[in-house]
Amino acid sequence: MMGYYFKLATRSLARNPGITALMVLAIALGIAVCVITLTVHHGMSSNPIWWKSDRLYTVTLDSWDPERPADEKRPALPPPDLTWRDAEAVTRSGIPPRAVRMYKATGVLSADETTGAVRPERVLARVTTADFFAMFDVPFRYGGGWKSAADTGPEPVIVLSAKMNEHFFGGADSVGRTIRWDDREYRVIGVLEHWHPAPKFYDVNNGAFDDPEEIYIPFGWAEKLELRSAGNTNCWKPEDIQSVADFLRSECVWLQVWVELPDAAARERMQAFLDSYVAGERRSGRFQRPNNNRLTNVNQWLADNEVVGNDSPLLVALAFAFLAVCLINTVGLLLAKFLGNATVTGVRRALGASRRQVFLQHLTEAGLLASVGAVLGVVLAGAGLWGLRIMYASPQTGFTGLMHVNGWSFAITVALAIGTSLAAGLYPAWRIGRLAPAVYLKSQ
Amino acid sequence: MLAMRHISKVFRTDLIETHALRDFSLDVAAGDFVAVTGPSGSGKTTFLNVAGLLEGFDTGTYQLDGVDTGDLSDDARSRLRNGKIGFIFQSFNLIPDLDIFDNVDVPLRYRRMKAAERRERITSALDLVGLVSRAHHMPSQLSGGQQQRVAIARAIAGDPKFLLADEPTGNLDSLMARQVMDLLEQINEMGTTIVLVTHDPELARRAQRNVQIIDGQVSDYRPYEPHAHATREQAPLAAGASA
Repeated sequence: MMGYYFKLATRSLARNPGITALMVLAIALGIAVCVITLTVHHGMSSNPIWWKSDRLYTVTLDSWDPERPADEKRPALPPPDLTWRDAEAVTRSGIPPRAVRMYKATGVLSADETTGAVRPERVLARVTTADFFAMFDVPFRYGGGWKSAADTGPEPVIVLSAKMNEHFFGGADSVGRTIRWDDREYRVIGVLEHWHPAPKFYDVNNGAFDDPEEIYIPFGWAEKLELRSAGNTNCWKPEDIQSVADFLRSECVWLQVWVELPDAAARERMQAFLDSYVAGERRSGRFQRPNNNRLTNVNQWLADNEVVGNDSPLLVALAFAFLAVCLINTVGLLLAKFLGNATVTGVRRALGASRRQVFLQHLTEAGLLASVGAVLGVVLAGAGLWGLRIMYASPQTGFTGLMHVNGWSFAITVALAIGTSLAAGLYPAWRIGRLAPAVYLKSQ
Repeated sequence: MLAMRHISKVFRTDLIETHALRDFSLDVAAGDFVAVTGPSGSGKTTFLNVAGLLEGFDTGTYQLDGVDTGDLSDDARSRLRNGKIGFIFQSFNLIPDLDIFDNVDVPLRYRRMKAAERRERITSALDLVGLVSRAHHMPSQLSGGQQQRVAIARAIAGDPKFLLADEPTGNLDSLMARQVMDLLEQINEMGTTIVLVTHDPELARRAQRNVQIIDGQVSDYRPYEPHAHATREQAPLAAGASA
């Protein structure tokens, strides 16, 4: 019978193309707005490394100006980044099994002579200590990261993003090949899978929704090559900085520091170390602000930095309200259409159709309508997200990573489509099934 | 075939109660051709809806072909209606989206017949009403008389035992009305029981038996007596003379 119901549904929908188009559009718009809002909200609100949320902590210390806080709007917070010397001291404490100090740099990546003519690319690099990959569970397609010894060497090794590996090596296993970054050759030791943590929790001060960097090199190159930061560098007092060495000794903050602490005891030891370290620095004239040495987990870190604005949940609520309005309109139109055709339903009942059969016939029509609406809704959502990327995605706005429909968004979309189909079709189909056929036959 | 005993049917609104049928009893034997007449508002259509299982009733009993219809579920009533009853309406009530073939197909679809058997029955029914060549026309392309013949084909395609016709010639001119009546008589001769509701005494005279409904009751009800039944040739001319 489903084939028969489907045939009747297509004829019925074709009979009133205007109303059909209106209903499809209403469902599609409702779904599209919801999917777009949910995708952006999900990107903005999720913790991309939730499974290690209770082990990963960023370290912040308030080495800022004694006269004013680092951020006037959030005076309780220390600066988000650390000075060179503080970062070095914290990561060399020996307490956390894994510790990372890092920053963002930029340079031109180009093929060596063995690779052939491939267009060079200016890329962002993450200059980091070795634990970055293991600490953040970064997935590798080929090879892996480097050992700690490579940081101090430093060794000329490099990890490429999947995109850069595609660009320079056609996606092949490039481990062991060489590639140039600025004027120096590096040996490829690892290629990442597509990895796109959103928000980019480990460096929210430099574009919380930026794409991850395209290459990764050992931290030792920072000093050796005098690599300047391509991220934010914040300084609070005038200092005579004539050289890179001067800059590294300055009170400017620009390095992100993360530690992995497996349990409460480790966390307490780390906190004690920080307090002790700061107390020592305070005696030498630094850290003149109130003691504010923090270990902050990922969730708290995202909240402290207001990565999720207050507007986002409100927008999601509004999007669902809009979907509800669209659905109510569709239900109204469907009901009017079905009741307008009540005589035919009365005839079908007289000829032997049961209430259940009438219900199923009309539910099929509503389901078909909603399915077309859902497909169009997904297409519109894709177009909408693409449009948002075109309009807003740039390193300045930091929205590049948000507008991808991921598995989560897709699951929500499918659930929305099915739910919408049921919601829009159930009541009108039930209502028409309850009609007393004699009433409508009598009116003829 | 049809046995109604002391049926009552009341329509209630907030303000009034309308007794459409009261203590209504009627027997129709298998093979009968019964004409039901009566003034407007007398309860003819309500009787037809109750007989056709389109409406329930408040009190009494109704047996259709030996099945007590009183406590049947909607599914069971629909199956019984689909299997045993054919409907013919005054305004034909063909489904405008479907062509003639698909219109006749409707009751067979709900019987879940195989496609080949449905095709055979549809062709045979359309053949009987002389419209096989119009099988793929739309209803709007046919005259009123042709549409009513399609409706008859639809009613008989499932080979029901019982045909309910509500003013089947009411929207037709006299020539077409006669053709439709000829067709109904032909179907009756093939063994189908027919109950015809009509205002037209001329048509009523062509039935084997006339029943008059007044104020929701059969005006001169007598329990069914097979030997007392007239054949069509002996049918009385006066409405209500044989009940």
